[in-house]
Amino acid sequence: MATIQVLQGFISLPKETYFFQPLKFKTVQEILEKYKSVSEENVNQWFKVGKTEDFPENTGACIKYKTKQIAVYNFVRTGKWYATQNLCPHKMEMVLSLGMIGDKDGIPKVACPLHKKNFSLEDGTNLAGEDLKIATYPVKITDGNVYIGFLE
Amino acid sequence: MKKIIVVGNGMVGYKFCEKLVASSESKNFKITVFGEEPRPAYDRVHLSAFFENQDAKALEMAPAAWYKENNIDLIVDEKVDNIFRTTKTIITAKSRQLTYDYLVLATGSSAFVPPIKGVEKEGVFVYRTIEDLEGMLGYAAKLKAKNPHARAAVLGGGLLGLEAGKAVMDMGLEPHIVEFAPKLMPRQLDARSSKVLQLKLESIGLNIHLNKATQQILGEEAIVGMEFGEEDVLDVEMLVVSAGIRPRDELGVNCGLTMGARGGIVVNNKMQTSDEHIFAIGEVALYNEMIYGLVAPGYDMAGVAVNQIISKVACQMPDEIDMSTKLKLIGVDVASFGEPFMPASKGHSIIFENKTQHLYKRINISLDGKSLLGGILVGDASDYNMLHQVYLNGMKIPEDPSQLILPASEGGSSFGSVLDLPDTAQVCSCESISKGDICSSITEGGCNNLGDVIDKTKATTGCGGCKPMVTDLINETLKSLGKEVKETICEHFDYNRQALYDLVKVSQVSDYEEVLNTFGKGHGCEICKPLVASIFATVTMETPNRQPTIQDTNDRFLANIQRNGTYSVVPRVAAGEITPDQLIVIGEVAKKYDLYTKITGGQRIDLFGAQVHELPMIWKELIAAGFESGHAYGKSLRTVKSCVGATWCRYGMHESVTFAIDIENRYRGLRSPHKLKGGVSGCIRECAEARGKDFGLIAVEGGWNLYVCGNGGATPKHAVLLAEQLDDETVVKYLDRFLMFYIRTAGPLVRTAPWLDKLDGGIAYLKQVVVEDSLGIAQDLEIEMQGLVNRYECEWKQAIESEEVMKRFKHFVNSDDTDDTIEFVPMRDQKKPKAWV
Repeated sequence: MATIQVLQGFISLPKETYFFQPLKFKTVQEILEKYKSVSEENVNQWFKVGKTEDFPENTGACIKYKTKQIAVYNFVRTGKWYATQNLCPHKMEMVLSLGMIGDKDGIPKVACPLHKKNFSLEDGTNLAGEDLKIATYPVKITDGNVYIGFLE
Repeated sequence: MKKIIVVGNGMVGYKFCEKLVASSESKNFKITVFGEEPRPAYDRVHLSAFFENQDAKALEMAPAAWYKENNIDLIVDEKVDNIFRTTKTIITAKSRQLTYDYLVLATGSSAFVPPIKGVEKEGVFVYRTIEDLEGMLGYAAKLKAKNPHARAAVLGGGLLGLEAGKAVMDMGLEPHIVEFAPKLMPRQLDARSSKVLQLKLESIGLNIHLNKATQQILGEEAIVGMEFGEEDVLDVEMLVVSAGIRPRDELGVNCGLTMGARGGIVVNNKMQTSDEHIFAIGEVALYNEMIYGLVAPGYDMAGVAVNQIISKVACQMPDEIDMSTKLKLIGVDVASFGEPFMPASKGHSIIFENKTQHLYKRINISLDGKSLLGGILVGDASDYNMLHQVYLNGMKIPEDPSQLILPASEGGSSFGSVLDLPDTAQVCSCESISKGDICSSITEGGCNNLGDVIDKTKATTGCGGCKPMVTDLINETLKSLGKEVKETICEHFDYNRQALYDLVKVSQVSDYEEVLNTFGKGHGCEICKPLVASIFATVTMETPNRQPTIQDTNDRFLANIQRNGTYSVVPRVAAGEITPDQLIVIGEVAKKYDLYTKITGGQRIDLFGAQVHELPMIWKELIAAGFESGHAYGKSLRTVKSCVGATWCRYGMHESVTFAIDIENRYRGLRSPHKLKGGVSGCIRECAEARGKDFGLIAVEGGWNLYVCGNGGATPKHAVLLAEQLDDETVVKYLDRFLMFYIRTAGPLVRTAPWLDKLDGGIAYLKQVVVEDSLGIAQDLEIEMQGLVNRYECEWKQAIESEEVMKRFKHFVNSDDTDDTIEFVPMRDQKKPKAWV
């Protein structure tokens, strides 16, 4: 068992402190299994990640929840918010929040900055039909605060 | 139902089956195929590809299942031993007896092994089958284990021999080619082209020995050398014999068919042997007293035999068989067509030779100057398809035939449009697909792109050499149907880059959202966003800091994102000149932030492995020491490379470093459709490699020669001369005009070389615009560039001075943590990203 660290001083985090294990992944599979799509009706935990103004417009930003990295997209043009895993499954890099967003035939999408793989922000599928998929998470805006929905 | 037995399951035997199955009569025939090798037919033409992937399946003409699906009995690993013509029966080595109505002999050929003393020794191979290759691989591995510098020779400098040479080289052995004749590829090339090929092959590491008659193979059990004469010995530990082919015609001899004096089963123009029920096709057939060792005539023979058997008797072999051929030997284009060696009495030859670039082109023109009789291409065979068609179809040639082969930049031009070809012109000779077949697959068959056309017609699936021409045909046909997709930026803008550039410039829109709302539709994407960002940058010289979210990630963070999501940092080192103090600062910063350092190709220093939150800290220190952004992350001016020039070099004519610094500083930060690189050399020795850049200056007597539109990269291109003997001031003037003209008119992500390629009128037109001001815009261009130069600002300085911009350099919005998934591992006293397991 690796060292357990206590984290403090998060910006706009709930007061309770929590524990996590430093990320030392062994396999690609292990990492991918961390990220499973969550639908709104299954949410058990709405996690507050900040105020709407903390998030740049028409692009992504990365937040941290336990050991997960989640990309949050503030799509001002359509007035919608989206969240996906930050990990691009193509080369396993934590970069999707840095990608440009936009649409393909009306489907909102993010383009990975490394090799321009396009993913639907609605269901996480690869828009070129490749066998790559990212997990998506529901986003809720209440009183100017941004919440992401998780199972646990 | 009639019974057909095919003896031999090589490429031609397979093609026979394929063509019969495809015919309307196929249900009336039952085919049984015998193959001696343990696997179904494979693509022997691309045998050397087996070394790259060792995947025999990839070479298969069709999987075993294909035979089953088409009701063909495929019996591999079983040799047919004899034919009894009176009872129309064959018997195999496994004593299987079968009767036939038609027998097709497609037994091919075997490697000819000359009777040299000692040729039976261990380590001597032939190059013919996958099994041969596997044997060679195993033996080579053993040799290399004992001696990493082991040498291997190939006996025979013909087409197959050179292929074998490549195979030997790929195995990691030192390759030697031994040829009896005084030149390589004696059947296809004349003496001069052969010499050019030899120079090229030697430059990539092949050792070539000509005029060598091998007397004996030396060694006890295994080969240790070849002896050509007294005291003329080549030490080698492996030998591949590739000295020609011999038809596998034993079956014909045994059953009494008419044979050629030097082997081969005689056939008529119906591919019938002296027994009308027995056909012979491919390399075993002797037609017009010739054995044809190429795949295309073999396929034609298969087609003729099929048609004869299904009673379409009009289909016969032509009297003259086109032996034109184009291939890539060890990455070198070699082609010959028509009559490559024409006697002077029949016509004139036009020859272009450039030994420094290993280029040779020869065309033979009839005495009346009206038709093309043949030719040879070495080093660059991109003109082959067109020339071959001109030859085959007897098309009219330009009044000055040299235009057919001169490089485009020297006054030559490519020959007309592919649509000028007659419909009967055979474009894919392996599959016998005509121009008409390809065009009608689009006009009538509903095909819309290369993939569709390949699926429908099978064109390009043989040797693949016709792919460029098929692609051209498809594009031109689509265009003629008005189907061609307009050259638009992306689904959000129905304009090309130049049109949108003009719109943004005249309409005074202020940001991307406004551009999208005014001129576009939808919500944008990763193609139009950076393009609009680049347009704004070249219209107003704004830095990426103003509209960060429409920038490519590199521009957004003013650094180059690398494979593990970390960034690299490159400060500007104009022209590569750097003081010891500056070097120390870079060293100290790199040490402090534990960065991997490397000298770049552009004469500066790249610092790798910075995390996003470290970038501002790193830059604060660099800027305090007087550095500024190097724009290595942008589609913008990168570097102007220099040689040391007259300042130090005893050959230098002008001060190349000084001038390179001036130019780099003038255009620093300039955004453009793609990256821009420059070079300045102090003399014609060209140590700055200026002709490999988008713009290059070379010092000559009386000033600078200005070259433009070169690049390295995937498609290297030498820059071409724009103007000569210019003084410093004129150089800057012309550069201003040239760069601004490029920025205004180029497509997105099009570098200067392909831009010039597409520019109507090419370099001559560019000279008119830039030097002679034929469009009357020179002054505009200069003023515009001067405006951009005046507004330059270091964007990193801008960034660290703005709190708003600094917020960007943080991995998490909701935490000050850094990305803990980034891991490094040590490498040669530095670090590198850890690869995922």
